[in-house]
Amino acid sequence: MRKLALPDEILLSIQQPARYIGGEVNMCVKDPKSVAIRFAMCFPDVYEIGMSHLGIQILYDMFNRRDDTYCERVYSPWTDLDKIMREKQIPLFALESQDPIKDFDFLGITLQYEMCYTNVLQILDLSQIPLHSSDRGEGDPIVIGGGPCAYNPEPLAEFFDLFYIGEGETVYGQLLEAYKLIRSQGGSRRDFLEKAAGIPGIYVPAFYDVTYKVDGTIAGFKPNLPCAPDKVTKELVLDMDQVPYIEKPLVPFLKVTQDRLVLEIQRGCIRGCRFCQAGNVYRPLREHGLNYLKDCSERLMRTTGHEEISLSSLSSSDYTHLPELVEFLIKECSAKGINISLPSLRIDAFSLDVMSKVQDVKKSSLTFAPEAGSQRLRDVINKGLTEEVILQGAADAFRGGWNRVKLYFMLGLPTEQREDMEGIALLSEKIARLYYDTVPKDQRHGKVQIVASSSFFVPKPFTPFQWARMCTREEFLERAYIVKNKFREMKNFKSLKYNWHEADVTVLEGVLARGDRRVSAVVEAAYRNGALFDSWSEYFDNRLWEKAFEDCGVDPDFYTVRERALDEKFPWDFIDAGVSREFLEREWLLALKGQVSPNCRQKCSGCGARRFQGGVCYEDQD
Amino acid sequence: MKIRIKFSKQGSMKFIGHLDIMRYFQKAMRRAEVDIRYSEGFSPHQIMSFAAPLGVGITSMGEYLDIEVLSTDTSGVMTDRLNKVMVDEIRILSYRKLDDGSKNAMSLVSAADYILNFRDGYGPEDREAFFKALEAFYDQEQILIVKQTKRGQKEMDLKPLIYCLERRGEGIFMKVSTGSTDNIKPELVMEEFYRQQQREYPPFAFQIQREEVYGRDDCGKLIPLEEFGEDIE
Repeated sequence: MRKLALPDEILLSIQQPARYIGGEVNMCVKDPKSVAIRFAMCFPDVYEIGMSHLGIQILYDMFNRRDDTYCERVYSPWTDLDKIMREKQIPLFALESQDPIKDFDFLGITLQYEMCYTNVLQILDLSQIPLHSSDRGEGDPIVIGGGPCAYNPEPLAEFFDLFYIGEGETVYGQLLEAYKLIRSQGGSRRDFLEKAAGIPGIYVPAFYDVTYKVDGTIAGFKPNLPCAPDKVTKELVLDMDQVPYIEKPLVPFLKVTQDRLVLEIQRGCIRGCRFCQAGNVYRPLREHGLNYLKDCSERLMRTTGHEEISLSSLSSSDYTHLPELVEFLIKECSAKGINISLPSLRIDAFSLDVMSKVQDVKKSSLTFAPEAGSQRLRDVINKGLTEEVILQGAADAFRGGWNRVKLYFMLGLPTEQREDMEGIALLSEKIARLYYDTVPKDQRHGKVQIVASSSFFVPKPFTPFQWARMCTREEFLERAYIVKNKFREMKNFKSLKYNWHEADVTVLEGVLARGDRRVSAVVEAAYRNGALFDSWSEYFDNRLWEKAFEDCGVDPDFYTVRERALDEKFPWDFIDAGVSREFLEREWLLALKGQVSPNCRQKCSGCGARRFQGGVCYEDQD
Repeated sequence: MKIRIKFSKQGSMKFIGHLDIMRYFQKAMRRAEVDIRYSEGFSPHQIMSFAAPLGVGITSMGEYLDIEVLSTDTSGVMTDRLNKVMVDEIRILSYRKLDDGSKNAMSLVSAADYILNFRDGYGPEDREAFFKALEAFYDQEQILIVKQTKRGQKEMDLKPLIYCLERRGEGIFMKVSTGSTDNIKPELVMEEFYRQQQREYPPFAFQIQREEVYGRDDCGKLIPLEEFGEDIE
């Protein structure tokens, strides 16, 4: 029998014990004694969320191809087990070997959203690893951060030994080789970190000093050691077909959030939406070849047995070979009883045709993401989706038998006026009316149902909106009520539904997104106050954070509602994410004038990513 | 063609609940490329049904599921193919063909065998006294218990539903009525035993293992579910 870290008495008294036992299909089994490097890969949220993440599966597969490395997984224990582990002082363990994380060489934590930051501290704390990098000793694992939030690592700078900026496929090999070499020479933790700081894409926070001006903004950010570069450039894969995709994805027993096979078709995006961090930091767009994806999908279907396959990308409709790929999948899947799910598709004749083939029209709904309620504001955010296109797509869909529509918006965007907010209700009403105009009475399957949702806008680093002022909680809610009241005036009010996100958690996300090193203390204080699983609305408690800000003497408004000067030095400026600061500034000024920019395939806007010498920038030059 | 599959569920797999085991087997059928029959419609599902759900925490040497296939290889080849895609602690024990008209496993289920062993540290201080008391408990004419139902409380006699209860080595063996009517869980029997001893039932005292599940043949005799089918040569 496999050894388990937790006794039956505990596993049988908590929810979903399967979260903690490992042993899933395609789990990698190695003898820990036979490897030089033990790497614990962590997603700091509950198992069902963490297991749904594609990036970890890619890295898990990549690390375990190495004979000298055993990569295992660890997720946040849910609150029931968290309590028991603290009471009984049980150290957090990895799922594969069930060994304590504190005995590993590395603990890599992916940072996918800001609201997981207190969970990062939970992982360290339960693992019995000192929270602060500066307190760790030779026996402690090297703690690495990565993922999209590592593009502004400063609010977590104190807790990590190093950050890996960019895509994981490229320099992990170098990092592990350096570790082995230094360990074999009897070198210290410090020796390794100095060596690591010289590897492209690696940022060691301890080797940099920050100074502040009287007004609280950053005066200087400088390396304090010669081994640390002034700028850390993000790592990226240039030829997507040259990196191995997952050979045999893990197949969990539990029904996880993404309980399907995920096929990554491309990285990056050509669209240039000005609010979108992913669309900026993952530039340039790099596609997988059609044959690569055909081979992958066949293999993955065979090795997982999943009943559904989904395509992953920021904008699937922009994938050059989409029609051929979809045709191939429909043929393969129907023979094997596998469903196809196609998210992030632009609604047009092609996608409606495909969707009618792969899903039950009566049960599915159409999704549009206009993001803003008026054309003026859609121009500000450079969302190249016009009302005409939305209405055309909706009319086609209604004729095809659909009668449910989901609309996604943001509130609190830069330059937003009352007309823009009310536009959300007006656009929803227009789509409802279109249904009754398009579909004759005898052909309708009941009423049209339109659900509009708005999230509140959070300005993110490395976007043209990194200079933008964010709304206060009160302003957000006021705007949501303006929209809600406008909905009440609509003639088809009964067919329309409007809901909006939590405002408190959005404000906090804003602080953490553009925070600096001084925010570390607040994250730690909030954690000590009991904040955990902040991304779960049933656990988020804003009072714990309010107290933390107060006790640390940090003003959250400094990070959110403050106007930022064009020449302000940002905490993340030392990172080169590919898009240049000049480009972002140009885009910010164009946004304020309501002027749109072309997408990468229409015309190059000179964002800076071209110097990586790959992807869409060189598409026509093959 | 109807097929009955017998499998074991050991070790840490006891923490995987019934619904997750069903999903596990659906995926396993695809990995092993079993030519299973699908239902019609937009989201076709595999024709598959399980005999008797097993509670979380219980291991088993005799779990059953029935499937329908369009074509099949021999029992030996199919067992190997399925075992190649299983996790270590779930093993396929048999793969047998059923007659077209046979009842499915779920409706056949009439009884099951269980072995209960004391978990480390939970054994009774006086083992002999414990088993003697257990014997006396089973020797009673009636074992009346009060069962909570939707309409309130109901008194029922456990005795005729416990077909066997005896010491097996250092553990307990029992054969009890199982199925849609009179489904007796081994914990229920032990709870009543402890209650009659005026002691509290220790919920973690026993590691329970299901050994076999039975159906009744035409003469009313209990036979293991796998014996309703025949090996495909």
